[in-house]
Amino acid sequence: MSDCVICLENVTKTYRMGEIEVNALAGVSMRIRRGEAVAIMGPSGSGKSTLMNILGCLDRPTSGRYELDGETVETLNDDALAAIRNRKVGFVFQSFNLLGRATALANVELPLRYAGMRKGRRERATLTLESVGLGDRIRHRPTELSGGQQQRVAIARALVNEPAMVLADEPTGNLDSRSGAEILQLLMQLNRERGTTLIVVTHDSSVAAKTQRVIRLRDGLIEAEYVPGSEPA
Amino acid sequence: MFLAQNLLEALESLTSNKLRSGLTMLGIVIGVAAVIAMLSVGQGASASITGAINEIGTNLIFVIPGGQEDVTVTRPLTMGDARAIADPLQAPSVLLVAPMIQSRVDVTVGGQSHSTQLQAVTADYQQVRNVTLSDGEFINDDQVLGRASVVVLGSDVADNLFGTTVGLVGETVRLQGQPFRIIGVEESKGGSGFASQDDHVTIPLTTAQARFTAQRGGAPDRLDMILAQSVTTEAVPQAVTEIEEILRLRHRVQVGKDDFTTFKQQDILQTAAQITGVLTIFLGGIAAISLLVGGIGIMNIMLVSVTERTREIGLRKALGARRRDILIQFLTESATLSLAGGIIGILLGWFLAWAVGQIATATGNDFTPVVGVDSILLATIFSAAVGLFFGIYPASRAASLQPVEALRYE
Repeated sequence: MSDCVICLENVTKTYRMGEIEVNALAGVSMRIRRGEAVAIMGPSGSGKSTLMNILGCLDRPTSGRYELDGETVETLNDDALAAIRNRKVGFVFQSFNLLGRATALANVELPLRYAGMRKGRRERATLTLESVGLGDRIRHRPTELSGGQQQRVAIARALVNEPAMVLADEPTGNLDSRSGAEILQLLMQLNRERGTTLIVVTHDSSVAAKTQRVIRLRDGLIEAEYVPGSEPA
Repeated sequence: MFLAQNLLEALESLTSNKLRSGLTMLGIVIGVAAVIAMLSVGQGASASITGAINEIGTNLIFVIPGGQEDVTVTRPLTMGDARAIADPLQAPSVLLVAPMIQSRVDVTVGGQSHSTQLQAVTADYQQVRNVTLSDGEFINDDQVLGRASVVVLGSDVADNLFGTTVGLVGETVRLQGQPFRIIGVEESKGGSGFASQDDHVTIPLTTAQARFTAQRGGAPDRLDMILAQSVTTEAVPQAVTEIEEILRLRHRVQVGKDDFTTFKQQDILQTAAQITGVLTIFLGGIAAISLLVGGIGIMNIMLVSVTERTREIGLRKALGARRRDILIQFLTESATLSLAGGIIGILLGWFLAWAVGQIATATGNDFTPVVGVDSILLATIFSAAVGLFFGIYPASRAASLQPVEALRYE
């Protein structure tokens, strides 16, 4: 258990839409080891986004247990969840979600500020930006950066608090194929060199192919689990 | 999260939409400027009126003939009454007494005519009413005894007839056609229009009794008013009691059937202070309403801003912002907006008050608006409070957004 970063046990999530109850997740159990790179795939409506929200502590499961890096999550209140997200989860979004008014540096500093770090924020943010290859762009605003560069800033922001895992939601979805490949390469490199646990939610099987394990969802359940290249029919 | 960082971020966010922030701030600017200007004009008016009333003289008691409506038989005030009030044995609290006759009179010189108020008084009047002369001397006891044809001009009268207030002593003017020698000119006491205290001429009481009252067939002894000055400010009520007892005895009337009326200068001051106080509160209240409207403008814009930035709020929450962090972020923005508006408003209000003072001075009113530290403090605190109060609702809406929904918001 100790080498497990993520441990889900029979997690369900039910939404009420008026009179109708929708079972977005019907009972999902999974374990992800520290340092693993996992892809979560599945068609629209398979519960992919819901699972990602729960894994990222943005939402609570309706039932079941979720343990993240040794902490039980499902009973925490909003502020405690915020603290967990801050310390243990690094988000990379499809649409980057950078603050348009702030510089790359200020964007990367943001999680450190919410962590209550007082001194050395700038140094640490600068180091992280250098490690994603943007050491010469720290004063630029998002509008002055290309899509690939913006996503690198977002990755730096995800990494700056040294989280237990990085959760990437279609990280290459808004990029051309070349910068998409570069971003994917960067994520995999960070996974190898830093040992950061990586979870990629994607439609794209070529993205999934770079990971060590693929979890495929359908109708709120895990349909299949396999090593890329040995895809079951 | 620290104050300086929050402030910086708030400023960044506000300056990213300068026109909107500026217009929102304008509501607060106008509100605060109005409050400051109104309060200072009110305080200035109060100071001006109090000053004018004090110019009349201090510790004054006025006695005029005539009592309540149901008193039909009225004895006039007479010289006998004045002498009795002046008697230190009968009225120990009274220092000086100035009997007085008033009427309208036409003053002419070299074909020029000016209709003004005639005051016929004794020498003590100068001290009782605190009359100061810019030139010459006031009427003395000898002139009163000798029924001298001498006159002291008010500064407005001198200005009107001669175009100057200096070098007039020794000149002759005609009152109702009779020649009077000018012996002095009064210094201006201020006030204008109906409130002017400088539009009158003063002659000895006895001269008026001999020349004017007798002509009109009235009782030569009749007085229009008796002014009394008490020994001290504290003794004013006691002096009033003494005067009333003397007059009741002399006029043979019962308590409650007085055929005369007394009032104190202190009463006038108090009434004036009440009126200007109510006026100031009234003006300030109207101004405060515009501040309230400005505050609602802030709330409106902050609500729009929260909706626009739903995704940003979701992102911040995903990155670990707690409820409190978001709350503080938006409250800082609204408070910064209204405080900046407040500071500009104070400067603008100050300028407005100054402009009103300049206009008043230019039109001949002695009136200085007073921008007090208290009104500045009040406006600052009030505008910051408006920002916080009207920021709370939008900020708490932002803070209670669920991260999942906020991130999904397009």
